Amino acid sequence: MLQVRDLSTSILKRASFTLSAGECIAVTGSSGAGKTLLLRAIADLDPNDGVASLDGRDRSTIAAPEWRRLVGYVPAEPGWWAETVGEHFREWQAAFAYLRKLGFSEGTRTWPIARMSTGERLRLALIRALMVQPKVLLLDEPTAALDAASEAAVESLISCRLEAGVAVLWITHDEAQANRIAHRRLVVEAGRVYESTEECPAT
Amino acid sequence: MPSYIALSYWDLAVASVLVLIDAALSIIFGLRIHRSLLVAAIRMTVQLALVGLVLTFLFAVVSPLWTGLAALGMILFAGLEVTQRQERRLSGWWSYGLGTGCMMISSVVVTVFALLTALQPTPWYDPRYAIPLLGMILGNCMTGIALGLHTLTASLVSRRASVEAQLMLGATRWDAAAPVTREALRSALMPTINSMSATGLVSLPGMMTGQILGGVPPAEAVKYQILVMFLIAGGTGLGAVAAVLGGVLRVTDGRHRLRLDRISAAKPT
Repeated sequence: MLQVRDLSTSILKRASFTLSAGECIAVTGSSGAGKTLLLRAIADLDPNDGVASLDGRDRSTIAAPEWRRLVGYVPAEPGWWAETVGEHFREWQAAFAYLRKLGFSEGTRTWPIARMSTGERLRLALIRALMVQPKVLLLDEPTAALDAASEAAVESLISCRLEAGVAVLWITHDEAQANRIAHRRLVVEAGRVYESTEECPAT
Repeated sequence: MPSYIALSYWDLAVASVLVLIDAALSIIFGLRIHRSLLVAAIRMTVQLALVGLVLTFLFAVVSPLWTGLAALGMILFAGLEVTQRQERRLSGWWSYGLGTGCMMISSVVVTVFALLTALQPTPWYDPRYAIPLLGMILGNCMTGIALGLHTLTASLVSRRASVEAQLMLGATRWDAAAPVTREALRSALMPTINSMSATGLVSLPGMMTGQILGGVPPAEAVKYQILVMFLIAGGTGLGAVAAVLGGVLRVTDGRHRLRLDRISAAKPT
């Protein structure tokens, strides 16, 4: 489904891998290794070289806004452009169906973003990205600031999307979580990306 | 006999005592600004004396070439000023080129508009009208563009996450940058709006005061001032919109990415 070939930035070394529909790949590696840069490069948020394609369609033939609706990126520290929660969702009723599953009430709509905790913001950003109905989800530590119950709720929500055929690239530092959710592993080390079954390529 | 009271050099020397008093105060209170105060006063005197000579020359020759050159010089100096007022500048030539280019287009368009419609001097480029008009429009345009670009670059850096959040959801660069663009345009136009609403009540504009001192009846001077205010509003609006939209275009790219790498680091203060 998602094909990445020789993707590189000023820091990232040529990365190649494929991601099938309904598949989840865990992206692991130490902090500062370039995991976030890999996801940003796939979403085309930073200047990059190489080829990415979705269902055979080359990224360079797709307008960037449309590409990002197909390949949704949820950052570790999501941004907000309006005051209240509701203003960030085009169709509140549809969004609320998801929000309820993650423990939000109807009243959340009028809450100011400034009052939300880090964990709440992560979950809101995840729903916000799901509402666009991307075919590929790029998740940057979506459960890093969550308690066990919320973490389980997020994991089951993503599992549902996986069953519906969405492909997921999931950055995590949690070994147990990687085992639970992922079919394969990508390791990022000092800007190099490789599958964990391979040896780390020599420098 | 002229209808105004001519000043002698002795009159100016007497008035300059006031600046010397300022300098003395600085020494007494240890403000350490007497040196820069005196340098500024001397610079002002020399610059204005030179401008007096230049204007005398320009008014005597009434040449389109010399008038144009003087206008170009003013615009290039204003461009330097815009660049220096940015805390975060666009990288490379853009930092100077964008502000200067937009100022040139908007101030020239508005000045020529006034010369061809309201004033209609003969010849239309008569420096006695063209140069003072351009100067007033340029000065305000400069403030507006400098504020607009300053707000744009500073806000894009501080609100990067909020702009990128919209890009990630598939917004175009224009939609994603719209809140910051609006903020930049508002701050560019605020001084013009404020000065229009305060004019006459709080301050008497320099040009109008000058005309009245020069013997022009107040009602006539007021009409000139109103015309100039409209020209300033038009020039600043035009220039600021062009500069801010040009700035948005420069700090994003064709793939709708936010390119903060095209903004230089904050000036050390």
